[in-house]
Amino acid sequence: MAYHVSLYISLAVLIVGLAYKTSAWFFRRISVDSKNIPTSKRVSSAIRGIILTILSPKLLTLAKVFLLDCVLQRKLLRESFRRWLAHTLIYWAFTLLLLMHALDTFVTSAIFPDYYPTINPFMFLRDVFGALVLVGICIALYRRLAMKSSRVKTSPMDWYALILLAVVIISGIFLEGAKIGSYSIYKQMVSDYAGLEEQEQDFKALTAFWVEEFGTVAPDLEEPFDVNLVESGRRIHQTSCADCHSRPQWAFAGYATAAAFKGAAVAMDRAGMHIFFRYIHFLACFIGLAYLPFSKFFHILTSPLSLLVNSVMDKRHSEPANIATRQAIEIDACMHCGQCTARCSVGIVFDEVQNVNILPSERMQSLKRVAFGKRVAKEESELISDGTYLCTNCHRCTDVCPAGINLEDLWFSMRESLLQKDYPVFSILSPLSFHRGLMRQTVSESDYQKPINRAKEAIAAGPELIKNRDKPLALPSPDRELQGHLFLSNQGDTFSACFGCQTCTNVCPVVANYENPQDVLGLLPHQIMHAAGLGIKDLTLGSNMLWDCVTCYQCQEQCPQGVKVTEVFYELKNLAISNVAEKGIR
Amino acid sequence: MKFALFAGCTVPAKLKQYESSSRAVLENLGLELVDIKEFNCCGYPLRNIDLGLSVLSAARNLALAEKEHLNILVLCKCGFGMFKKAEHCLREDSSLRQRINNTLNEEGLEFRGDIETRHLLSVLYHDVGLEAIKEKVIRPYRDIRIATHYGCHALRPSEIVDFDDPNNPSIFDELVESTGAESISWRSRLDCCGAPLLGINDDLSVDLAQKKLLDAKQSGAHYLCNACPYCHIQFDTVQKTISSDQGGNHDLPSILYPQLLGLSLGIDGETLGLSMNQIDITAIERFLS
Repeated sequence: MAYHVSLYISLAVLIVGLAYKTSAWFFRRISVDSKNIPTSKRVSSAIRGIILTILSPKLLTLAKVFLLDCVLQRKLLRESFRRWLAHTLIYWAFTLLLLMHALDTFVTSAIFPDYYPTINPFMFLRDVFGALVLVGICIALYRRLAMKSSRVKTSPMDWYALILLAVVIISGIFLEGAKIGSYSIYKQMVSDYAGLEEQEQDFKALTAFWVEEFGTVAPDLEEPFDVNLVESGRRIHQTSCADCHSRPQWAFAGYATAAAFKGAAVAMDRAGMHIFFRYIHFLACFIGLAYLPFSKFFHILTSPLSLLVNSVMDKRHSEPANIATRQAIEIDACMHCGQCTARCSVGIVFDEVQNVNILPSERMQSLKRVAFGKRVAKEESELISDGTYLCTNCHRCTDVCPAGINLEDLWFSMRESLLQKDYPVFSILSPLSFHRGLMRQTVSESDYQKPINRAKEAIAAGPELIKNRDKPLALPSPDRELQGHLFLSNQGDTFSACFGCQTCTNVCPVVANYENPQDVLGLLPHQIMHAAGLGIKDLTLGSNMLWDCVTCYQCQEQCPQGVKVTEVFYELKNLAISNVAEKGIR
Repeated sequence: MKFALFAGCTVPAKLKQYESSSRAVLENLGLELVDIKEFNCCGYPLRNIDLGLSVLSAARNLALAEKEHLNILVLCKCGFGMFKKAEHCLREDSSLRQRINNTLNEEGLEFRGDIETRHLLSVLYHDVGLEAIKEKVIRPYRDIRIATHYGCHALRPSEIVDFDDPNNPSIFDELVESTGAESISWRSRLDCCGAPLLGINDDLSVDLAQKKLLDAKQSGAHYLCNACPYCHIQFDTVQKTISSDQGGNHDLPSILYPQLLGLSLGIDGETLGLSMNQIDITAIERFLS
């Protein structure tokens, strides 16, 4: 009764959960342009896309990817044998347990009409599979506990999943152990199948045999048994029990447990421990089932889906509606394995800048929260934007993702959405924007330019002096702090050697590009060096020249005074950003 | 000769043919390349934001190569310049070095400064040598004029990068001529390609690229030759978008040096990834003897 009630409840939760999660793939929006695509369009495009794909040669690609990436986990194997082994043990052995043991009435009995869970090979295989899952869990736990890198994070979700799996397997083994030792189950079975109620001597003989050979722990029996008694028990066993019972030693995990608890077996049997373990075992299974759509177990369905979908789609040729749907599926396909973060090109930055959004696996968690419509405070949103921009678009996360998620594409969509918010992201003023520049055609003109201007304006808003260019300057007292700040490298303070010859400005290709350079650039290179020498912070930090500097080093190379003009520019840029960004990017 | 190959971020993501052609050429010339999977961002893109972070990134790569006792061979000029800058900072500033090493120590790494950072071109020129290259050239070019684009961050600041004479460099030209091609003299060959501003000030970035393209074209070049992913993408991918936006009046294709050299060494176009360039360069094979 309890079994069936909980089974049906968990199945109901599973079905409702799956329906909700699946429907969300068609209304969740990640990229800016997906905001204009209605759900109905996404559903119809998906159906058409699936039909067209199935009817095309792409079907072969799907079959290949299914075999190599979904079943054999090729991508994980390329990255780490140990991780592949752990995952394959859990994945394969659990699948076999599910089919052979949990679904035995539907699967095993259908294939093997003689199936009985207590005969071999089934009894032995069940323990083999269970033990393999446990080995896999242990490797996974070891990796998460003994990891050297501070960058790969373990979230509560990761622990829940591993713990739940461990509970299912261990409770199953304990249940088996309790049943092996249980005298009450033994008696019940004898009365059901052997018909020895009237024959006390035969019952004794059979009991002696089962205690000797099958691990049953009977109370009030005097050992050692008489050899003849055991022999006669063996004969009764052969006729009444042997058809359905292999020797329990084959169930090595359960048998070892029974042997370990032998001393307490009678008490455990009286306390009904096998019933207790049975409850734990099936409840853990049913909790796992109900929890599946909401936990990382969901990746069992979504990761293969992501692998398959990504193998036949690409941004240039696929319909935007389907790309939007694919991205919504992808955020469900992430199982937080951390492979992306382990290989992230800017992971090292996280050691200095404690913003988890730099790390792709953690950025994904933020993306989930944003995409699921959870409220994110402005301060946190700024952190997410900053972290998301600190990315060199090296594509490594995408290459190594075992779920085949096109992370680079996802980050691009996420970044563009965040860039439209009303706060500046200063990293946009760095060569990290090279990728964005190349992707310009995929972004609307105003969306493209706005965040660049916003960052420049936020930096220019501070310096006052530079805005009144018509008036002669009343020189303020020199900002010693400014000069003190330019010491990031030993070349920062070389501006003091400038004698104003203007060579830097004359060789600058940026200055040469404009008819009236000062209108566009503000102060020119030699003026900035001079202003730094005078300690006028506003003038040095407020010029567009800093951000339009192409860092070609012509100025520095040609300077007769050894002023490291380009290096001074770099340091002024760092200073300008750390002045306006609340905590810099750190 | 053995080097740790630093391909960086941009090459594997956006310019795979640069890596494949470099590997093919270097293998042909008898160099051994080692891949270090743990390499990260060279630090260059972070310099505008935070010099300390960029030096840390660079230092980690250097420390990883030091651990293997290998000199680094860099494909990218900006990455090369960044490593040189970082080495300079870490040598000159012992307190910075201490701070960086404290962070690196957590991973069991240390920057000691006992390896060299080399760019592909300097390895070919100094370590392999022009004579060795010429010996291997089996299909020299004839009647082809190449404009070499040196790339700012390899040439300057010369006191730090120590690549070639910053005002009158010749390494690249000599390397090009070792294939039988003619390396032309052109006014703006040492100027910037504009790539560092792409994504920050696109108009300016494109203006700078256009000027160079026009000059090279007017100076009679058939092809522009690069050995840096940023420069090449600027003169290939970006040139193509300019051309389609503005009716295509330069159409000066850009070829990567290892592609140019590879063809003359007899390596096939597919290995060199010729068809992966955005602007078609396959016609260059006509100039091979």
